[in-house]
Order: sequence, then C-alpha cells, then structure tokens
Amino acid sequence: MYRAKRNWWKTAIGLVLTGIMLFPLYWMINVSFTQRRAIRGGGLYPHAFTFDHYAVVLHDQLPYLGTSLVVGFGTVLLTLLISAPAAYGLSSLFVPGRRLFNFLLIVAQMIPAVVMALGFYTIYTDLGLLDTVPGLILADSTIAVPFGVMLFAAFMSGIPRVLLQAAEVDGASAWARFRWVVLPISRNSAVTVGLFAFLWAWSDFLFASTLNRGGGRLRPITMGLYDYIGSQNQEWGPLMATAVLASIPTAILLVVAQRYVAAGLTAGAVKE
Amino acid sequence: MLRHRGKNPASKRTPRGDRRRFRPRRGTLAGIAFVAPLAVYLVFFYAYPLVENVSMSLHRFTRATFVSGDAPFVGGAVYREVITSAHFWPTVRQTAIFVLVSLLFQYSIGLGLAVFFHRNFPLSIVLRGLFLVPWLLPIIVSATTWQWMMDADSGILNRFLGVFGLDPIWWLNANHSLWAVTIANIWLGIPFNLVILYSGLQNIPSDLYEAAAIDGAGAWRRFWSISFPLLRPVSAITLLLGFVYTLKVVDIIWIMTTGTGTSQTLATWAYGMAFGKGTSAVIKYSQASVVGTILLLAALVMGLVYVAVQHQTEN
Repeated sequence: MYRAKRNWWKTAIGLVLTGIMLFPLYWMINVSFTQRRAIRGGGLYPHAFTFDHYAVVLHDQLPYLGTSLVVGFGTVLLTLLISAPAAYGLSSLFVPGRRLFNFLLIVAQMIPAVVMALGFYTIYTDLGLLDTVPGLILADSTIAVPFGVMLFAAFMSGIPRVLLQAAEVDGASAWARFRWVVLPISRNSAVTVGLFAFLWAWSDFLFASTLNRGGGRLRPITMGLYDYIGSQNQEWGPLMATAVLASIPTAILLVVAQRYVAAGLTAGAVKE
Repeated sequence: MLRHRGKNPASKRTPRGDRRRFRPRRGTLAGIAFVAPLAVYLVFFYAYPLVENVSMSLHRFTRATFVSGDAPFVGGAVYREVITSAHFWPTVRQTAIFVLVSLLFQYSIGLGLAVFFHRNFPLSIVLRGLFLVPWLLPIIVSATTWQWMMDADSGILNRFLGVFGLDPIWWLNANHSLWAVTIANIWLGIPFNLVILYSGLQNIPSDLYEAAAIDGAGAWRRFWSISFPLLRPVSAITLLLGFVYTLKVVDIIWIMTTGTGTSQTLATWAYGMAFGKGTSAVIKYSQASVVGTILLLAALVMGLVYVAVQHQTEN
C-alpha cells in the first residue's frame, strides 16, 4: 500500500518533468493554430483558433514535402542495399581487415558533416550532381550507412552458426545463405535501419542547404521551412504550421514503430 | 600490456575458426564480394570528399580558381592565415564553452533522469518514451521553435522571466547568442544521455542495491557508492560521443542565429566561409577547409580514444 502510494507520487513528478521537456513542442502546435493577430499575445492555448496557417502551408510546401518523401525512400533503399550485405560479410564470413573496417565505421560517424559537405560540393560541381535529387540521396545516405552496417552486423553475428552450416551442407552458396536464411531473420534490423535512414534524410539540413540550394521545388521540406525563416517578414503562424508538418514522420514512427525505434536507439549508442 | 597479450589469441581464433568451417578460398572470396560495395562506397563517399577537403586546405582556392580548377599549391600558408586571424582564438573559446557547458548539463540532467526512471513506476515507460521525441525531431523544427520562444518582445521565455520581475533578455543578439544556442543544444542532447545512461543503469546487478539497502545505505549513498562508480565506462563513452557530436553541430546554431555574434563555433565558421553565408559574405573555400581539417583531426583523435576506451571496457 505504502509502496504504491509512493510510486504514484513519482508518476506525478514524471508528468511534470515530461511536460517541461516537451513544452517547446506544445508551444509550436499552439502557435500553429493561433490566429495571426493573437500570436504575439502569447496565449497559453489557441483561444483564437484557426486552420488558416495550415491552408497557406499546404499550398506553399506540398512540393517540398513530396521531394522529402522521395529523398527519404531513396536514402532508405541505398542504405539497405549497401549495409545489409556488407554486415553479413563482416559478421559471418572471413574478411581480411575486419577490425580496420569496424574502426573506419566508427570514425565515419564522427566526421563533421561540414567537412563532408565541402568535399561533396567540389565533387558534385565536377560531376554535375549539384542541385539534384540523386546527389542529395547519395550524400544523405552517408549519415546512415555506417550505423546500418554496425546494427546489422551486431544482429547477424548472433544468428546461430548451425543454421548457416545446415544451409551450407545442403549446398547453398554464400549468396543463397544470405538471401534465404540471413535476410529473412534480419527483418527487424532492416526495419530499424530503414526507419533511421528515413528520419535522418528527412531531417537533414546541412546537405540540403549546401548541395541542393538551387534545386527550386526539388528541395526537401527542411529547405521549405528555411525559406520561410529567411523571408524578412517572419510569419510565425505558417512557420510553426510547417514545423508541425515536418514533424509528422517522427510522430508516426514513434506511434507505429516504437519497438524498432527503441531498438535502434540503444543499439545505435554511436549515433546522435 | 598483460591485458593486451591476453586478448590477442582470443581475437585470432574467430577468423581461423571461420576458415575451417567454410572452405578457405571460397569463404574469403565470398566475404570480399559481400563487403566490396561498402569498401567502394567508403572510398568514393568518405575518403574522396575528405581528401578533396584536405587538398583544398593546401591550395589557394578562390571563386575564380574554383571554377577554372588551377588553384596554386601554397602548403601551410592558409593554415597560418587562419590561425593568426583575429577570429580564430575567440571562435575556439566560444566552441569550447558551447561544447563543455552543453556536455556538463546534458550529462548531469540525463543522469538524474536516468536514475529517476530506473525504478519503474506507473506510466514510466510511456514518459521515458516521450522524452526521446526532441531527439528524433528534425533539428530545424526544434531550432525554429526555440527561436520563437526566445523572441525578445513576444517570446514565452521573456514572458516567463517577467513573471518573476526580471528584465527581458535579448537572447538572440550578438552578446547572448552563445547562451541561447547552448540552452537549445542542452535540450536536444538530454534524450541521448538519458537513453545511454539508463541502459547502463539497467546493467548494474540489482542485488548490489539490495545488499547496500540491507546494510542501511540510503538512496543518496547507494547512488554515489554503486551507480556512479559502476557507470564510469558508460559515462566515458557518453561524454566522448557527446563531445564529438557537439563539436560538429552546425544546424541548431545556424538556424537560430546564423552563427552571428558569440554563437560562432569552428563548425559554423567553416560552414559560413565555405558557402558564403552569415558573417562571411565572401566564399573562402581554402580557409573553410582549413577549419574543417582541424575539426576532422579532432574527430580522428576522439575516434581513437573511443576505440581505446571500448577496448578497455571489454577486458
């Protein structure tokens, strides 16, 4: 009895702490629903309620949201294609220099994105990939590939050896073992890697603002939002409404795929 | 030394075992085939941009020579210019403050929350999940929201200070911008620290706590004598990764203040010079890549320290 009471007291503190932590997000939603004339008044809830900002934003930002989806899915595809086979090789086959690879993958995640962006910028200028969607997908995938390899490899090295040996005795080649044994059991890891690849590509600001500056409407939503900030008459209503729309993938992922997100967060201690 | 010798035979056993299981040549060939795309990828999309970056720092690139491609080789001249420039040391100092203050608060708040959530209570899993939201949101979303909250005239933060009779603060102006971006960055980093330290706490055997409780140790004592010392390896990793990630932060600062005033760090300085934005209206490719190379070296050193720490904890 005493114990239960004390725990509910902890719940109350927990609610308050969570409330403080998430207050900025509440504030964003609050402003996005507040009429223009009332925004500077700073009411604690949107009593001057309106959907107008969303109407404006859907009109202005829809192409950017579409581009972001394309870039996100492209990045997921590229990341999975490269990281899953490599992780299988590193975790289950004999690869010379395996330790070097592991070290490189850790360091790769520590390289400042500014440095990468500057390098990509010069290369893309020569290749004509500047301001293109494929160029952005390639750059965005560098955020997720090292993480993907490490997450897949951690899971795959736990697959019971007997399973692979049995397949080998049956005459399955390394590729067949990968395709028909390893990949199906690694489905959960693939979902986790895919989720994070999508989220990082969707959230990317640095590569988009440098490699895809002149892409017009073929730029992601982060740039659409940045354009709003940049325009001199700062309209906070539409700005916050765009911010809410840009947060939707995160919200969906947290609700629908929380299990996978949790798996990625603890496994990916190596990622921001 | 002893430890090292003990470790080696064990690590060699794995590949040799694999070789026996899969026939040597075919197994190795297949392994190489599976890893080859990654190797090619790392060369083209990591090594090449990095080499390109370092090479730019040794040549004098301007807008004109960037297009024509015949920038003269100048060795360390641009490095000397950057390091002796009036911006360099103030920027290093601001970067140090940004990183260290961020880490101090992220870590202590994250640790406090991890201890708070360690013992389950009703709703604890849901609330802990909600704490992660700021981490998963696009940074531009958080940065824009903080920018509005820190608005001098109508921001909620100044309104809140007003309740206590405090004067409004011009958060985003040149003198205070370092503190503004640091506060936002602390908020962003709390979830990461919470997650890692929480999973560290979960790995401490609970009978240690029970034994200490029987011996009459209170919660405070149990924290300092059990949790904190046993968390040391996890803490080291958390702070190390936090250091690397904070050092390279650009977006939160750039979106809030475009790196103006005291909020200029090495990373935003490089970004501004490379793309001719913010305080640097002129594009300075070479200077930017010098600062980038300095950041890169810091990342490499930290990568080595990370591997060393990880190696030590495994033994």
